[in-house]
Amino acid sequence: MATITPDKTLDASGLNCPLPVLKTKKAIEGLQSGQVLEVITTDPGAKADIPAFCNRTGHQLLETVEEGGKIIFYLKKK
Amino acid sequence: MATERLAIIATKGTLDMAYPPLILASTAASLGIETAVFFTFYGLNIIHKKRMHELKIAPIGNPAMPMAFPPSMQNAVTNAISSVFPGPPQIMGVIPGMTDLMSFMMKKTIKEHGVADIPELLEACKEAEVKLIPCQMTMELFGYKYEDLIDGLEPPAGAATFINYVIEADKPMIIFV
Repeated sequence: MATITPDKTLDASGLNCPLPVLKTKKAIEGLQSGQVLEVITTDPGAKADIPAFCNRTGHQLLETVEEGGKIIFYLKKK
Repeated sequence: MATERLAIIATKGTLDMAYPPLILASTAASLGIETAVFFTFYGLNIIHKKRMHELKIAPIGNPAMPMAFPPSMQNAVTNAISSVFPGPPQIMGVIPGMTDLMSFMMKKTIKEHGVADIPELLEACKEAEVKLIPCQMTMELFGYKYEDLIDGLEPPAGAATFINYVIEADKPMIIFV
């Protein structure tokens, strides 16, 4: 279980490429620097895509949790 | 920071070929890359107000098409059909209405898998500030007027404008679809 308390949660369950990344981009825009966004997805492609998004945009991927078919990411806004 | 530009050329107007340029463009723009899509020839249909809703996928001439059914239509019978036929037999493609049926099934499958539809991806592109550029020459060739195309497009442009847009970036990249 994750111990991080997110400032905002984005539920992208059931959505496929490229929607999880697009919605993550939009959701993180609304946060302040240093705040944490939780992204819940069921898309196996997101496992590589969300880290690629973070790598490219400079937001920090704090943790990735996989549980019950869901992949949950914690992103800290740069 | 050096400018990075991704320019995508969309030349095809079938449902399957409408996806790659829009997915790449919306994603690249979300990653902070300046992105433009140049719609030329049948690719113009992707941004045509009316025709964008009528994009089709043809079984004929497409031996790679799988015999896939939307999840809601999967049962003992359809599973048996899928296991016998690798894809729709090519001869079936000439039956009137087959292209429409296949397109309907594909759209249903896309929806049930949580994949975005074309209007949704175009909205995502616009929101991410992707430049959507219709090809002037092909518009005239096909008799498409600017008002026949969706809102929020760049003015129609020619090859020189597009090449110039790409090449003036420090890191230019072109993808041809």
